[in-house]
Amino acid sequence: MKFIIAGLFFGFVAVKSEVVSWFRILEMFHFDSFHMYGIIGSAVVIGIISIQIIKRFQLKDMKGEQISIGEKEMSPKRYIIGGSLFGLGWALVGACPGPMYALVGNGYWIILVPMFFAFLGTMTYGMIREKLPH
Amino acid sequence: MLEFLQQPMPWYVAGPLIGLMVPLLLVLDNQQFGISSAYRHMCAAVLPKGKFSFFSYDWKAQKWNLLFVVGIILGGYLASLTTAEGYSVAISEQTKLALGEWGITDFSGLIPSEIFSLSFLTTPGGFIVMVLGGFLVGFGARYGGGCTSGHAISGLSNLQLPSLIAVMGFFAGGLLMTYFILPLILS
Repeated sequence: MKFIIAGLFFGFVAVKSEVVSWFRILEMFHFDSFHMYGIIGSAVVIGIISIQIIKRFQLKDMKGEQISIGEKEMSPKRYIIGGSLFGLGWALVGACPGPMYALVGNGYWIILVPMFFAFLGTMTYGMIREKLPH
Repeated sequence: MLEFLQQPMPWYVAGPLIGLMVPLLLVLDNQQFGISSAYRHMCAAVLPKGKFSFFSYDWKAQKWNLLFVVGIILGGYLASLTTAEGYSVAISEQTKLALGEWGITDFSGLIPSEIFSLSFLTTPGGFIVMVLGGFLVGFGARYGGGCTSGHAISGLSNLQLPSLIAVMGFFAGGLLMTYFILPLILS
């Protein structure tokens, strides 16, 4: 239940701030407005401060377990190739995965089409990943 | 109250609220904010176990991620109740001009009705945008180990160099699409 509420909060903010809007994403890639950069930038600043606090004070989660944050493995190839492929799709659909769910909830049923193919894209990657450079 | 909620949220309110998702999920259950993995769990749920190693794990242990995306759908619905009459996204005039060259004239709503329609879906352009675009988002997110939430927000918040590389990849792909490929598809 708590995760549904957390998601609901995120979805609401994402729509009201227009992060889910194709128009905003294309505006961002045209460098015509500070809006998206301001959102991502300030989110990261708050994220960095929060994680520093969590690490410094070795905070525990609600179950009483020590919070541990996994490090991402370094393999430049996969981040460059995979990241660029994701970017190509991001500019086409004008929405990343989270916003797509929010758009469907907002009544834009047609976004179920790119969502279904994102699901198939994920499946395809999992099936052929041994053959891809990582 | 409704009038207040009908206003778009400025970046300096939305950004910090989205940033707070990172500590919120860590404190709730020691989970890292990231959304695209939900597709992987859905694949793991529907594919026969053991056939593909990438999808052979206990997806039920990652249930939180699926509940989270259900919440996002509900949040999107809730936000729709606060949409003002005749709402349109206040993008800059330069962007409007650029999009106008691609034949976009309807700026109402969150996404352009000229592109995201069933009739456009059946054209080559619509197929590339919605089908290929969706596919690349899913494929690229897993190949690159995360999407905007997992890398640009979570990863950068934890000062991860891999995430910075991935985010640069997101922009390389996005800019290439915006300046060189989309103009060919749409105009």
